Amino acid sequence: MECVFGLVGEGFAVVVADTSAVHSILVHKSNEDKIMVLDSHKLIAASGEPGDRVQFTEYIQKNVALYQFRNGIPLTTAAAANFTRGELATALRKNPYSVNILLAGYDKETGPSLYYIDYIATLHKVDKGAFGYGSYFSLSTMDRHYHSRMSVEEAIDLVDKCIIEIRSRLVVAPPNFVIKIVDKDGAREYAWRETVKDADVASA
Amino acid sequence: MSIFEYNGSALLAMVGKNCFAIARDRRLGVQLQTIATNFQRIYKMHDRLFLGHSGLATDAQTLYRRLVFRTKRDMKPETFASMVSALLYEKRFGPYFCQPVIAGLGDEDKPFICTMDSIGAKELAKDFVVTGTASESLYGACEAMFKPDMEAETIAQALLSSVDRDCLSGWGGHVYFVIPTEVKERILKGRMD
Repeated sequence: MECVFGLVGEGFAVVVADTSAVHSILVHKSNEDKIMVLDSHKLIAASGEPGDRVQFTEYIQKNVALYQFRNGIPLTTAAAANFTRGELATALRKNPYSVNILLAGYDKETGPSLYYIDYIATLHKVDKGAFGYGSYFSLSTMDRHYHSRMSVEEAIDLVDKCIIEIRSRLVVAPPNFVIKIVDKDGAREYAWRETVKDADVASA
Repeated sequence: MSIFEYNGSALLAMVGKNCFAIARDRRLGVQLQTIATNFQRIYKMHDRLFLGHSGLATDAQTLYRRLVFRTKRDMKPETFASMVSALLYEKRFGPYFCQPVIAGLGDEDKPFICTMDSIGAKELAKDFVVTGTASESLYGACEAMFKPDMEAETIAQALLSSVDRDCLSGWGGHVYFVIPTEVKERILKGRMD
């Protein structure tokens, strides 16, 4: 029931993920952040097996950081996407990771980009992408309303339309979503869309 | 559903007089869902050699990455085809789930096309080769439309009419028409569904 989707606008890329950590019928928590900040100008939104998701995205994050330490310059988004695909492809016939990834980034030379990398290592550069059951609703909504070079307000409006669609039409719709954006000023959290707040843990 | 039909694809190559054309559809899907309508499946290995893969998209990409740095600038298409065949047979008991189509201009600008199955059994043809989920339709369309020494128009028509009958491939077409002096690339607009 995990929903991850994203789109590219004018000078930015936005990715949205649900924030439910689920095990069978139990919701462990509703504020699990599934969008990792890969480096200053890249976001990696991942969905799939929880252990694989965290392990694999951390592995990618550390290797991207290592490249920057060794070479003094950060990887481009395309390079990071191809590296991620390579790692998934190498593991595919040995010990596959069940993680679907949307990698969003901003490069000074080429602008914003979004890469769709599914769990069997199919890589494709897209303008809009989505994973999970939510994709049946969010992709169609984005197909209808998306146009190239959307402003941030228009894009967030479209994101909200998708979230409303998922909430109203998906039988086990996740209650909360996190929206993160990456543009020339970097990768950062933009907003949360919450309908359920986790109760604060009482102090001992 | 078979693993070869997971992403959906249609590829064909045809021979003309001292030229060849290689064409593919543009859909990338995950079973019934369409992910993208501009997916790249044909790669230019060098000016006179093109490689396309139908079948599982991830294996098509992996195979391209394995081949791209092993191809020399002036490799003959026959040699390249043998290399691809060997690479595929290496994985005989855990194969790549794709079927390549190789098209190139050999010595004296003689066009060469071939396809192979997922474990490297080469099929050389003098006229046309087809692979992908729409292969049965493609065989029919090519057999009906092919004549020796033709232009690129025919390959476009054969591709579009075949993918129109296959739900897993389509969303337009992409044709490379190669003569000894240049490469012409065309995007086709067919039934966008």
